Amino acid sequence: MASRQVARATERGLASEPGFELGGRTWGSRLIVGTGGFQSLDAMERALAASGAEIVTVALRRVDPTSKGSALELIDRLGKFALPNTAGCYTARDAVRTARLAREAFETDWIKLEVIGDDRTLFPDAVELIDAAETLVDEGFVVLPYTNDDPILARRLEDAGCAAVMPLGSPIGSGMGIANPYNIQIIVERASVPVILDAGIGTASDAAMAMELGCAGVLLSSSVARAKDPEAMARAMRQAVDAGYEARRAGRIPRKLHAQASTPDEGLPELG
Amino acid sequence: MIVQVNGRPEQLPEGATVADAVRVVGLDGERRGVAVAVDGEVVRNSDWEQTPLTERQAVEIVRAVQGG
Repeated sequence: MASRQVARATERGLASEPGFELGGRTWGSRLIVGTGGFQSLDAMERALAASGAEIVTVALRRVDPTSKGSALELIDRLGKFALPNTAGCYTARDAVRTARLAREAFETDWIKLEVIGDDRTLFPDAVELIDAAETLVDEGFVVLPYTNDDPILARRLEDAGCAAVMPLGSPIGSGMGIANPYNIQIIVERASVPVILDAGIGTASDAAMAMELGCAGVLLSSSVARAKDPEAMARAMRQAVDAGYEARRAGRIPRKLHAQASTPDEGLPELG
Repeated sequence: MIVQVNGRPEQLPEGATVADAVRVVGLDGERRGVAVAVDGEVVRNSDWEQTPLTERQAVEIVRAVQGG
């Protein structure tokens, strides 16, 4: 039994790590994938399968009688956990109402909380975010807030009872990577809940960097959905998250200005 | 009576319930991934049939879509 578990973990490339705790559950994958922006349901299906992600995000919108195919059916079929978000909400009131609708629709208390300040930056509105987080925690939600890369705000969200903090690397969909790695490092250093890098990932090295900085996971969407080959990018992201995680655990060498030979000078033959 | 369903005025018979409004938008029997709010308050799926609507109420019927 135990050896089978180890074999499975080794297959994932995480030989010594059984999984990570989030919201009182243990997950095997540290990659969370958004479902927005794919050209087709077929492309999404292949990418989600390749990503190895167990948690995928979904949104709620007014029923459109003309829309074909159901994203949720597909997610259910793949055996993924659908994490609803409050994307598009600008006030705590709207976000709380959306979360309550999501709880009813998906029969889950989990919510990716987004409260946006404006549509140009899609940066979170800190005041509304805290307000919504407090209300939702009181109502028994497992709150996963998308937040600024602000260590103080991250601490306030944790104090409010959020199950994780999810700082942005750079603006949503920008693909600009991690603009301020020092802030992410400070957030990680202080947090006692998982830190999940959410937004801004452009390519695999960004995801690896997030993990090397000590994040517990990465949430990304556009970088896969809008890649030329979403399935291949999803696979790359999966490997990057694993590689970054292993590198963090392995402990990187310190940066130095000057060279340090890796081959000993001792025993060098005299050839002159 | 006229009820707002997803922002559009819809003519429904007197005594119509939330379940009738759900049928107006083309859903019948589908519950997974669907939720309803009347004037901003969630109506549990199990209560749709028993929740009558009144003139000018606003019904929002939402479902899962792809999103980040």
